[in-house]
Amino acid sequence: MSSNSKKTGKGITIYLMVVFFILYAPILYLAYYSFNSGGAMHSFEGFTLEWYGEVFQDTRLVIILMNTLAIALFSAAISTMIGVAGAIAITHVRSKQFRSALLTLNNVLIVSPDVIIGASFLILFAAMGVKLGFASVLISHIAFSVPIVVLMVLPKLQEMSPTLIYAARDLGATRWDVLTRVIVPYIAPGIFAGFFMALTYSLDDFAVTFFVTGNGFSTLSVEIYSRARQGISLTINALSTLIFMVTLVLAVGYYVMNTRATTPGRPARVEAGE
Amino acid sequence: MQYRTRNIYLIPYAAWIVVFVIAPIVLIAYYSMFDIDGALTLGNYRRFFTPVYMGMAVRSFWYAFLVTLFSLLVAYPTAYLLTKTKHKQLWLLLMIMPSWMNLLLKAYAFIGMFGTYGPVNALLGAVGIGTKQILFTDFSFIFVAVYIFIPFMILPIFNALDELNPSLVAAARDLGASGWDTFRRVIFPLTTSGVKSGCRAVFIPALSLFMITRLIAGNRVITLGTAIEQHFLVTQDWGMGSTIAVFLIIAMGLTMVLTGSGEGGR
Repeated sequence: MSSNSKKTGKGITIYLMVVFFILYAPILYLAYYSFNSGGAMHSFEGFTLEWYGEVFQDTRLVIILMNTLAIALFSAAISTMIGVAGAIAITHVRSKQFRSALLTLNNVLIVSPDVIIGASFLILFAAMGVKLGFASVLISHIAFSVPIVVLMVLPKLQEMSPTLIYAARDLGATRWDVLTRVIVPYIAPGIFAGFFMALTYSLDDFAVTFFVTGNGFSTLSVEIYSRARQGISLTINALSTLIFMVTLVLAVGYYVMNTRATTPGRPARVEAGE
Repeated sequence: MQYRTRNIYLIPYAAWIVVFVIAPIVLIAYYSMFDIDGALTLGNYRRFFTPVYMGMAVRSFWYAFLVTLFSLLVAYPTAYLLTKTKHKQLWLLLMIMPSWMNLLLKAYAFIGMFGTYGPVNALLGAVGIGTKQILFTDFSFIFVAVYIFIPFMILPIFNALDELNPSLVAAARDLGASGWDTFRRVIFPLTTSGVKSGCRAVFIPALSLFMITRLIAGNRVITLGTAIEQHFLVTQDWGMGSTIAVFLIIAMGLTMVLTGSGEGGR
């Protein structure tokens, strides 16, 4: 019996290792050739950091990098504010039908394909007379990040006991006090998780940005797309290795936040379940 | 008075819904009724039902179906085995992490890997099959799409399997069910919600992937998404693009309805 379970244990590890390897192979492949002095994504000739130097000397690329980060941070911050307000609004709605209607509308942008979001926003901006560029990209990123924030914050709000708010009100807190001193601290883990998700969605987005970006403005994804269409350049490899490092840090940060966000609630749930 | 102050939170959120959820859908439907010269017509819809567009739509659905199927075939066992590991949350994180990496960079990596001098062809050569044209084929498109969607399929299935009460499996085994019977009659039916949401998370985006078709399939594969992009950004025929978008939205709605019980059934 024990030898049998050991054998299946080995089989599990092998299968998972294979999937794991395939998932990481392209990323490692990119990173490996980013050090190739040969200038192509095959036949490794010698180690060089030339391409990394080129990334930082490429002023256009550095500006685009700054733009991308600015868009990500601003859109995440603003969409978090709207999303938190939205989540609070949804919990305050008394009518069940209205609440589920709001939730359905909330999820439309989450399930819509990027192309539809991009195309419809392009029409929207044309109809409203918004010039394509920084503003249109920022507005789009805010728009598609809001529903994710709502979904991250909502469970925390639903878990919060309304007696906390009644108590604060009874003790003389104003509505603003209730929001800033009771509600927000309680749902803070959800807010952080939502902010992080919005950040990653913004950094990761290509299709929507591609539609609404216009000529003068570009984000990293759009730039990579146009460069990749021209063929292989090891500067992209170097850049992607750097991006992967940042992603790794963000992912670990998100994981830590997420485990922190769930741990306080967990002991109670485990007790109730067992 | 209390009611009015509560509604304050609803104002920015409702404004967002009206401007960015309702208005865009209405605008798409409205634009679909104009031709390239701005005349009101139903010609776009007539054009959509010609063999050229219908063939494209059918092929697009077929590719999306294949991508979903292969993702499921790889992801289900992976998710199942993940729940059996000791540090399953950590393993899950490791499996999900590549999906955080920009999609275009992964597509770009495959341009190198599938290239004539890439490692895949080197391997084929070493095995004795010889160099093959991999890039710009249907195979490369489906492989890369499956690669990209696997994490999105693993996650919901993993969650469904993780919630499965292990005593049900133990009971089935105690009552004499074989491993396969246990899977077919107990494990799989109880995790269909995860499978459904996984399929939904893959099928709809797979219909609209245009960057992969451009980069990997070299315009050999035209999906509905590629066609929309083409009409909006290349030929500037927004009317026809909107018409295809309307059909994509309908397809999306149907997919949601077909797989929707995943959430309602809970």
